[in-house]
Amino acid sequence: MIRTQLPALQVVIPLLAGPTCLLLHHSRLSWGLATSASWVALFISLALLDQVLATGPISYELGGWAAPWGIEYRIDEINAFVLLIISGISAITISFARTSIEHEVHSKHVYLVYTGWMLCLTGLLGIAITGDVFNVFVFLEISSLSSYLLISLSRDQRALTAAFRYLVMGTIGATFILIGIALLYMMTGTLNMSDLAARIPSVSDTRTVKIAFAFLTAGIGLKAAVFPMHFWLPNAYAYAPSAISALFAGTATKVAIYLLLRFFFTIYGVEFSFETMKLDRILLPMALAGIFVASTVAIFQTDIKRMLGYSSIAQIGYIVLGVSLVSVTGVTAAILHLFNHALMKAALFVALGCVFFRVGSVTRDDLAGIGYTMPWTMGAFVLGGLSLVGIPLTVGFISKWYLIVAALEQQMWWLAGLVLISSLLALVYVWRVIEIAYFGTPGDRSTEIKEAPATLLIPTWILIIANIYFGIDTSLTVGVAERAAQALLGNAS
Amino acid sequence: MQVFGLYNYWVVIILMMIGLYVVIASGNLIKKIVGLNIFQTSVFILYISIGKLDRGTAPILVEGVTSYSNPLPHVLILTAIVVGVATTALGLALAVRIYGAYGSIEEDEIQKQDNAS
Repeated sequence: MIRTQLPALQVVIPLLAGPTCLLLHHSRLSWGLATSASWVALFISLALLDQVLATGPISYELGGWAAPWGIEYRIDEINAFVLLIISGISAITISFARTSIEHEVHSKHVYLVYTGWMLCLTGLLGIAITGDVFNVFVFLEISSLSSYLLISLSRDQRALTAAFRYLVMGTIGATFILIGIALLYMMTGTLNMSDLAARIPSVSDTRTVKIAFAFLTAGIGLKAAVFPMHFWLPNAYAYAPSAISALFAGTATKVAIYLLLRFFFTIYGVEFSFETMKLDRILLPMALAGIFVASTVAIFQTDIKRMLGYSSIAQIGYIVLGVSLVSVTGVTAAILHLFNHALMKAALFVALGCVFFRVGSVTRDDLAGIGYTMPWTMGAFVLGGLSLVGIPLTVGFISKWYLIVAALEQQMWWLAGLVLISSLLALVYVWRVIEIAYFGTPGDRSTEIKEAPATLLIPTWILIIANIYFGIDTSLTVGVAERAAQALLGNAS
Repeated sequence: MQVFGLYNYWVVIILMMIGLYVVIASGNLIKKIVGLNIFQTSVFILYISIGKLDRGTAPILVEGVTSYSNPLPHVLILTAIVVGVATTALGLALAVRIYGAYGSIEEDEIQKQDNAS
């Protein structure tokens, strides 16, 4: 009985936990509630993934109204996997958050963080699970509004302007998506995703459908921070509280990439998106430009969190690059990197959270000699960094491997070369941190700096071990990603 | 006249461009929010226009009426209006806190203070 209700519970549990945290009005209690809700959400998404892999896509009619009139929750391989990414990252980072948030957020506002966190989780899970395009917009705004709040709760006053800028850009992006949905509804009279997919081919040569495509591309691009629509991201990540940065780096942009896959592969179909509209010819240069420009900018950052922000933009470039190859291997690489990048970026941000907890800053100069005073933290950072570069036995290697195989499959030797060269750029910016942490001359305060407490270190190391575990045993991730890619490209080949 | 018959859509496009221009060109945070509002309003009008049928009435079953306007876009946009209000409220709240922290809501001034610190 309860098993059939899992799709609704996936969203409803965090949704109820959010306002309850607000009513509890107590830091520890609301953390406890939010953490349990987050872990429950993780178990639900594991159960859903298991069910999807065993019996195929699940369709859930909300309130018993049959699709396409009612809202349908539809879960297939790809969104089951995205649900797992979101709830997994949220569960681990929220376990990390208690100590870190109490240190980085004014004690009066701590319960608000968990309220916002739960609403953000609701929105992200909702976007991933729903089969209704208007529902996507509503959940998108739930997650966006709560993320503006979460960023602005930091003690750093620059977080306020970062949140404001994100609010302006995010609203424009969401409104573009809303316009795209309106134009699609105008031509097809439906909001259900599978219904849209069935009806679009008959009207696909109208200008309205093409304009809708353009609005959706721009809107989703803004939300996913695809280069050159990334300007909101570095500051938002740099000035938000560390645990929040880790949550966003692992989930927010990933969900937008999922929307990109969903809209362009499932709804519009491969033929329309990539043969009529030639979307791949726009995505490929944007992805490459993103990888190279953002990686180069990352090298010159003195604030390490900001550096990781730029690095995120570059990593999103890799994901988009995989999508733009429009082959099963390419899309597999993209979906794999969704998962892998979520793991490594979340790990790096929580490691920086540990640093911030002890040092009170994450600028480059303040990290001098920290490799010796905080060995466990910096050890985690180094392993996460190596994963980012793509060293074998880490998840980063697996994604790069599939990406290069996908490029070679299409005889694009130059592309494989560029991916390898770009990894060197990542090596440079990761090395700059390692260099100062292990070979820099320690400042006056270095004797006061102790290793981070276990409440911070354990979640950090869980993420790092996941980075290595999924770099060695790829049967789960690659298996699911491949099936999802085949399902997405199924209509074409 | 097809072009003037669809004047709703012209209004939508003009409002949308005004809104976007204000958001991009203005350095004042409150003016940016105003621009964002105009931009969102244009989309509200777009949705309402989609549902309207020429000589269609409200979707209430009455004798002698055969054509009804589609009520669904209205319901959808009601949701979007709520979202718009929430965004405005949050944006204004942020502007208040920015004013408290920086003593200004001009983007240039805020940037200058950030660079100085």
